[in-house]
Amino acid sequence: MPLGLLKYGLSSKYPARRHFPPAKDLKRSYDVVIIGGGGHGLAAAYYLARDYGITNVAVLDKGYLAGGNTARNTAIIRSNYLTPEGVRFYEESMRLYRELSEEFSYNILYSVRGHFTLAHTDAAMRTSRWRAEVNKHLGVDSELIYPDDIRKLCPSMNLSDDVRYPILGALYHPPGAIARHDAVAWGYAAGAARRGVEIHQMTEVTGILTENGRVKGVETNRGTIHCNKVLQAVAGSSSLVGKMAGLRLPIRTIPLQACVSVPLKPFLDQIVVSGSLHVYVSQSSRGELVMGGSTDPYALYSTRSTLDFKESLLGHMLELFPFLGEVSVLRQWAGMTDMTPDFSPVMGLTPIENYYIDSGWGTWGFKATPICGRTMADTVATGVAPKLIEPFRLSRFDEFAQVGEKGAASVGH
Amino acid sequence: MKIMNCPLNGPRNISEFVWGGEVRTMPDPNGCTTEEWADYVFLENNTAGIVREWWCHVPTSFWFIAERNTVTDEIIRTYPAGEVFKTRVDFAPRPKTQEGTR
Ligand SMILES: Cc1cc2nc3c(=O)[nH]c(=O)nc-3n(C[C@H](O)[C@H](O)[C@H](O)COP(=O)(O)OP(=O)(O)OC[C@H]3O[C@@H](n4cnc5c(N)ncnc54)[C@H](O)[C@@H]3O)c2cc1C
Repeated sequence: MPLGLLKYGLSSKYPARRHFPPAKDLKRSYDVVIIGGGGHGLAAAYYLARDYGITNVAVLDKGYLAGGNTARNTAIIRSNYLTPEGVRFYEESMRLYRELSEEFSYNILYSVRGHFTLAHTDAAMRTSRWRAEVNKHLGVDSELIYPDDIRKLCPSMNLSDDVRYPILGALYHPPGAIARHDAVAWGYAAGAARRGVEIHQMTEVTGILTENGRVKGVETNRGTIHCNKVLQAVAGSSSLVGKMAGLRLPIRTIPLQACVSVPLKPFLDQIVVSGSLHVYVSQSSRGELVMGGSTDPYALYSTRSTLDFKESLLGHMLELFPFLGEVSVLRQWAGMTDMTPDFSPVMGLTPIENYYIDSGWGTWGFKATPICGRTMADTVATGVAPKLIEPFRLSRFDEFAQVGEKGAASVGH
Repeated sequence: MKIMNCPLNGPRNISEFVWGGEVRTMPDPNGCTTEEWADYVFLENNTAGIVREWWCHVPTSFWFIAERNTVTDEIIRTYPAGEVFKTRVDFAPRPKTQEGTR
């Protein structure tokens, strides 16, 4: 009843709920400064406050809260990676995700859909089999299935042989999920702020102060801040902020574009990914098809959109779902991703004392938001990186000890 | 579509090209330290601004150099690699290892 609703809206008995306390003045010093108010930085602040009682913390973001890749991703959450290091890490993140709505008392719309990675070649079938075995060994629900099974689970997909790249099978991951990305960031931000953490938007870090190899503070467009510890979590800007601290990183900043269709009646339960066709798609709770592909073909610090991207993505979409031919694209956008050579993150300690890094999240870091927050909070509080993120240390490149996830992360995100 | 000027073939669609990353000097693989080699192979300047990069025109396999602004996405200049690399790079012969020990 619209009129009945109006009564509730205007009544002082039902005040609007404020998500965050009003912004405070920036102090001259904090125990910890977190650069980057995306999901990762906010989650780290949340766990620092909740688990370690460290609340004299400022989260600084040059733009608005969680307006970077956290606002731009396609929200796919899964743990069916290729390396045991990766699988363990992402599986722990999914465990945390399932509890988040209750933890925040705020609905993050975590929706379990099932996740297909389609295989169109013998090589892709082999990788799928390999991933399924690694996954099962580590207790992750994952199996290789064939077109008959795919047809039963997802009747709307075109499984005919009469296409350029017929589907031979799929890696099926029943717990694969999507969630409302903004809600994840806001839930962490509200929980951190309630415990005393300050969040400062429109506050850009322009320099890092160090003394004898140890971090002392940061310079910002709003003045200098002194602090004992710094965590940088700035995704596509990782190299730029790292450079201020004197770090050289194994990162290239490359745009990733995505788009959504107009809302349609629900027809697609699962998340469908095809590495060979460079396309992935899921249907949101609003009915929009959320679609993306591989990263742009070259490095760029920009979030511009291109026609080339849409042409190739949508051409391939029509191969999977030909009946979408008349459906229009509603919105398109891009984010700047921080790509590493082995498709694994760069997390933990740096050569600068008390300066910690959470970067190299490329196209796959949304699903890791809770576990990044947990492990980086642990690292900042104790000065030691926990075992779970040890394989992702920056120094692995000097040791030629990469964690190769390309087979599971390049288009799958 | 975005157009790039190939020094060999003239203006072509950007989809005909492959990006090869920053132009950088290779350290002597036999003389440098492990860290120097790791830096060369894995680490990046990842500059925001004007950079000098390798590009390849795929249909003709022609590698050349482009100056490009990585913030505005403008291609400023493209030219044959010979403008930068004037002398031939001779690789030192591989150090002798005993059969079966590699
Ligand atoms: C189109 C697209 C689709 C994606 N799809 C998926 C997916 O399906 N599943 C998945 O798991 N991942 C996905 N990702 C990746 C995921 O979005 C990111 O890895 C993740 O959101 C990174 O979170 P973050 O908090 O580290 O970064 P961000 O959310 O980008 O936050 C970094 C913040 O740092 C701020 N900042 C930068 N420089 C400074 C400075 N100098 N001073 C102060 N603040 C600064 C920025 O303003 C920004 O808000 C996708 C990414 C894109 C672009």
